[in-house]
Amino acid sequence: MSTLLEVDRLEVSFGGRTAAVRGASLAVERGETHCLVGESGCGKSVTALAVMNLLARGARRQAERLAFEGQDLLGLSDSGMARLRGNRMAMIFQEPMTSLNPAYTVGSQMTEVLRRHRGASQRIATDRAADLLARVGITAPGLRLGQFPHQLSGGLRQRVMIAMALMCEPRLLIADEPTTALDVTVQAQILRLLAQLQRDLGLGMLLITHDLGIVARVAHRVSVMYAGEVVESAATAELFARPRHPYTQGLLRCVPVPGRIRRDEPLGSIPGTVPRVMPGFEGCAFRERCDFADETCSGTIPRHAAGPAHEFLCRLPA
Amino acid sequence: MSVATVTAGPRRGWRSFATWFGAAIVGIASICALFAPWLVPYDPFAQDLGKRLLVPFWMEGHVPGHVLGTDQLGRDYLSRLIWGCRISMLIGVTVTIVSGLIGITLGVLGGFVGGRVDDAVLFAITTRLSIPVVLVALAVVALLGSSMTLLVLILGLLLWDRFAVVARSTTMQVRHLDFVAAAWCAGCSRFRILVREVLPNIASHLVVVATLEVALAILLEAALSFLGLGVPPPLPSWGLMIAEAKDYMFFSPWVIVIPGVALFVLVLGINLLGDGLRDMFGTRSDP
Amino acid sequence: MLQFLLRRLTVAVLVAVTVMTLAFVLTRLSGDLAISIAGPNATQADVEVVRKAYGLDRPMVTQFLDWVGRALTGDFGDSYFFKAPVSSLIAERMPVTLTLGLTGLVIALVVSLPLGILAAVRENTALDRVVQLVALIGQAMPSFWLGLLLMITFGLQLGWLPISGTGSWQNYVMPGIVLAFSAIPALTRLTRAGMIQSMGSDYIRTARAKGLSRASILLKHALRNAAIPVVAIAAVQLGFMLGGSIVIEQVFALHGVGFLAWESIGKNDFPVVQAVVLVLAVIYVALTTLADLMNAVLDPRLRGP
Repeated sequence: MSTLLEVDRLEVSFGGRTAAVRGASLAVERGETHCLVGESGCGKSVTALAVMNLLARGARRQAERLAFEGQDLLGLSDSGMARLRGNRMAMIFQEPMTSLNPAYTVGSQMTEVLRRHRGASQRIATDRAADLLARVGITAPGLRLGQFPHQLSGGLRQRVMIAMALMCEPRLLIADEPTTALDVTVQAQILRLLAQLQRDLGLGMLLITHDLGIVARVAHRVSVMYAGEVVESAATAELFARPRHPYTQGLLRCVPVPGRIRRDEPLGSIPGTVPRVMPGFEGCAFRERCDFADETCSGTIPRHAAGPAHEFLCRLPA
Repeated sequence: MSVATVTAGPRRGWRSFATWFGAAIVGIASICALFAPWLVPYDPFAQDLGKRLLVPFWMEGHVPGHVLGTDQLGRDYLSRLIWGCRISMLIGVTVTIVSGLIGITLGVLGGFVGGRVDDAVLFAITTRLSIPVVLVALAVVALLGSSMTLLVLILGLLLWDRFAVVARSTTMQVRHLDFVAAAWCAGCSRFRILVREVLPNIASHLVVVATLEVALAILLEAALSFLGLGVPPPLPSWGLMIAEAKDYMFFSPWVIVIPGVALFVLVLGINLLGDGLRDMFGTRSDP
Repeated sequence: MLQFLLRRLTVAVLVAVTVMTLAFVLTRLSGDLAISIAGPNATQADVEVVRKAYGLDRPMVTQFLDWVGRALTGDFGDSYFFKAPVSSLIAERMPVTLTLGLTGLVIALVVSLPLGILAAVRENTALDRVVQLVALIGQAMPSFWLGLLLMITFGLQLGWLPISGTGSWQNYVMPGIVLAFSAIPALTRLTRAGMIQSMGSDYIRTARAKGLSRASILLKHALRNAAIPVVAIAAVQLGFMLGGSIVIEQVFALHGVGFLAWESIGKNDFPVVQAVVLVLAVIYVALTTLADLMNAVLDPRLRGP
């Protein structure tokens, strides 16, 4: 396997007031599902948007290295980036209800991707769109192509978003909490669909979620994010078996695992919330909420390796 | 329809400058309006046919004493301009009071009571908007003879639509807020809720509308006077001054430039002040 | 959709009836119409002749119903002054006013849409401020005065354009610009606000994520949704322009419906005034209904599931 997406020491700040991402690093390999987990506001979505160069105006993006299939993205022009987006790398979002343009039919919004990137004719693009709608489990694709987004349910819209992202056979699919806004039953369907597509098409997938249940089911590799930093990264089984960072340990205690947790045993929780970190912040951002914190936590924090491809960021020794 | 939200608070940079500029113009105009009889250098109605169309100070051949020159009947232009400001401001404010009373009553009624009453209010607004204002105002003035009182009444009766629209939509919003629900639960009377909870909360929106309406009324009065069916002569309404000077404008353009600029600057100032107030209150719900 | 149309139509008819009543009451405000028509030098006998001739001796209700009944068939009676059917007078003058109104609307849209889009794309920059300043200036400009200034500059000093009359297309340039000025501020502000809202929406983020070109994102995806309120206001503005054209037609001596109304007001020719008020009101209601229909085309959500 070779590396599909490399992110090294990514930093994103908004108008010099908030440091949303502070030196986050991660790598997505070809054909693997990489989950990025963390609480709301920890910088997961901002990281994804920074990779796609979709940050709102006023955001500043910096990194040591940001590369897709070996190609540097930092120096790429806006139009060069636009040629990659929707083509080699695609993204789907958390809000299926508002992510489709209400004024155009599903078909029109799907076909324009292929027409833009491949110069395909309307007929070829329509055929491809219908194929993909069938592939994501939508019945009567021909009918759906002529419908408007408001005529579809949330689950259907997310399926349409997924199909639309696959129009140009991307190598990387970034999915930003794709199931959060959906009903629980639909969540499972969409998740199963994503996992299946990933396997069948050999997609590299960066799946952003705050749900460890999802991680356990689909991820090959996990990166845990806290306050703009990747605090721990490991293969899924390794992380669940031997979490090293106190925050990861805390997160895992919040999840009921059948067989490991007895009835009536209280679930864990992490007191407090993710702090808003200003630029120039030093030390571990978790120290206010950490049981193991001492004065050295406000200094520089070392990165430890705890076995092959398992890294964590903490003053505690490996 | 609420279009976009802007954070409340004082404006910075040029926006704050624009607000102060508007406030200064409105302040000067108010002083001119209130103290016109003591400010005018000459009697604005006194004709002197020996001194017709004297040029203003920036042109060659200017006669000292008449800073802005004289009109076609030898009346001092500065004095007429100051007196005209009094007329514009008077019309603007009184028309807004009349239209405000009508519009706010209708709008709050529709927004607060809802149902059939609201349908009726909406219908009244639609009907009012379909009536061509200038034409009807002209016709009424032509029928009943021109006078200030009539002009104020007819414009007031024709310009209440925006008050009604904004009062209605903001009342509807406020009605559904928690503290109003709390007041209901606490057993307050309808009237008390209206006066104590709803009105104070829609007031800032209405103040902004009022500035727009003052400006609109001033422009309309000038247009009607320009057409000869507004303020009766010899009152020096700016619109009337432009109409009377029109025959001379090709040879002495300043006769229409001076009152026109005055009108433009006053309306611009009122609008700038209104925009500033809107930002200050953080109310950006355009009708 | 059908229900919505029926509802609109009912409102339109109700508005028309109300305006008819108001227009009728309006002309009866002055007291005795016969005296006004007969003129200041008429004797008592002349007045009686006029009263009989115009049917003013009948009860008020009869007169009203008669007028309404005829108006429904397009018959607004005869003009007292022009001695011709009012409907043919209006039909004769309407093309001038419609040309003027449409010219004004086209100029206004051609100016406001690009300005609004530019200001939205460059939000909070110097360009945005300049656009907002243009809108403010347009809002404060008295139309008749702007007309006179244009006449002095382009008509007299530069000699580029004719200052009055309806002979050629050039006659509509200056009045069209003046009329457009009254609509530009509202249209520009609405376009700007709509584009800012639209550009910040999730579906624009999707469009960007799809790698679409900047032009496609702005003009296809953002503008389509921003245009929905603009269309409604443009229709309303056209209605206001037609109503407000009375001032501009007078300034530029364009013999349209506004000019006709202006002449008729001066001559106490009430059948004409009544009819013009009614026709303008009906046009306004028709335009707003049309705008609703166009919005249904632009926004599929309004068409129902």
